[in-house]
Amino acid sequence: MTTRIVELRRGILKKNDELAAGLRGRFEAAGVLVLNLVSSPGTGKTAFLQRTLTELLARGSRAAALVGDLETDNDARRLAASGAPVRQINTHGICHLEAEMVGKHLDGWDLGALDFLFIENVGNLVCPSSYDLGEKIRVALLSVTEGEDKPLKYPTMFNSADAAVITKIDIAEVCSFDREAALRNINEIRPGIRIFETSAKTGAGLGEWLTYLAEQRSVRGS
Amino acid sequence: MHELSIVSSVVDSVSETLKEYPGARVKEVRLRVGVLASVVEDALQFCYGIATEGTALEGSALVVKVLPVVARCSSCAQDVEIPSLQSFRCSRCGEPVNDLRQGRELEIESIEIDQVEETV
Repeated sequence: MTTRIVELRRGILKKNDELAAGLRGRFEAAGVLVLNLVSSPGTGKTAFLQRTLTELLARGSRAAALVGDLETDNDARRLAASGAPVRQINTHGICHLEAEMVGKHLDGWDLGALDFLFIENVGNLVCPSSYDLGEKIRVALLSVTEGEDKPLKYPTMFNSADAAVITKIDIAEVCSFDREAALRNINEIRPGIRIFETSAKTGAGLGEWLTYLAEQRSVRGS
Repeated sequence: MHELSIVSSVVDSVSETLKEYPGARVKEVRLRVGVLASVVEDALQFCYGIATEGTALEGSALVVKVLPVVARCSSCAQDVEIPSLQSFRCSRCGEPVNDLRQGRELEIESIEIDQVEETV
């Protein structure tokens, strides 16, 4: 009997990472900007995305969305009200989206005919941070009702984000939201990140967000 | 809580490797896990016993090496360890750091196996 050590040096999520790399290649070749939206449940991802889709379509952009949820197609129906093509991904208990689920739900879509594809992840600030979906931009959302220290509590997610969106600023005052502390905390975790302060209800901050989307789309490659 | 699916991936991956070592028994599986990998060692250990049951990994130990965040500080022009996840700043000069060099790892480093000598 001999004992030996076999070096593996292998990523545990290698399969997901490879699928995500394949998707990223497809997205880049098609010229579609893909964004992965992550937040806690109840931050207002769906309302923010619905408003974003509506505004993009009104400006003549071509946008679509995939939305992940454990059960129900409620969010897909809400998003479809914008007029954009939307598909629901039900994870049936899995707390995050994986690249394979995204890939399976792209069948029949002409990616080349899209400017933007939004992927609304399952509401969860922990697990989705480990799973690359092939997106170019990961957007972490935080609402004024959640507490300014959320980025400090979930550094793994906020540190992996490329942009941050504060939602529901129309009710910031009622919630005694400390704006300065929130901005400082986001910056402590992800120095220099672009932060958008928005309200899907009033449309505040949407203009700046849409300008950012247009800019990012015009930057090809990474 | 996605540790069970992480551990299941480990079991699949190691089982695949074991095909090259017929009859081998796994004693230890060693992981490298960055503090930003969003997994908790206790939860990994808890799931490991369940996920390995009835597989070639049953009874083996899971050893988790936790890796701190290391980032490149552009002001100091060197890699520095970031001791706190509440502040991504250089521990030497205090400048914000964005260029992470370590901390997101989630990988199988190696396995230790017992192999019966081939007899002619």
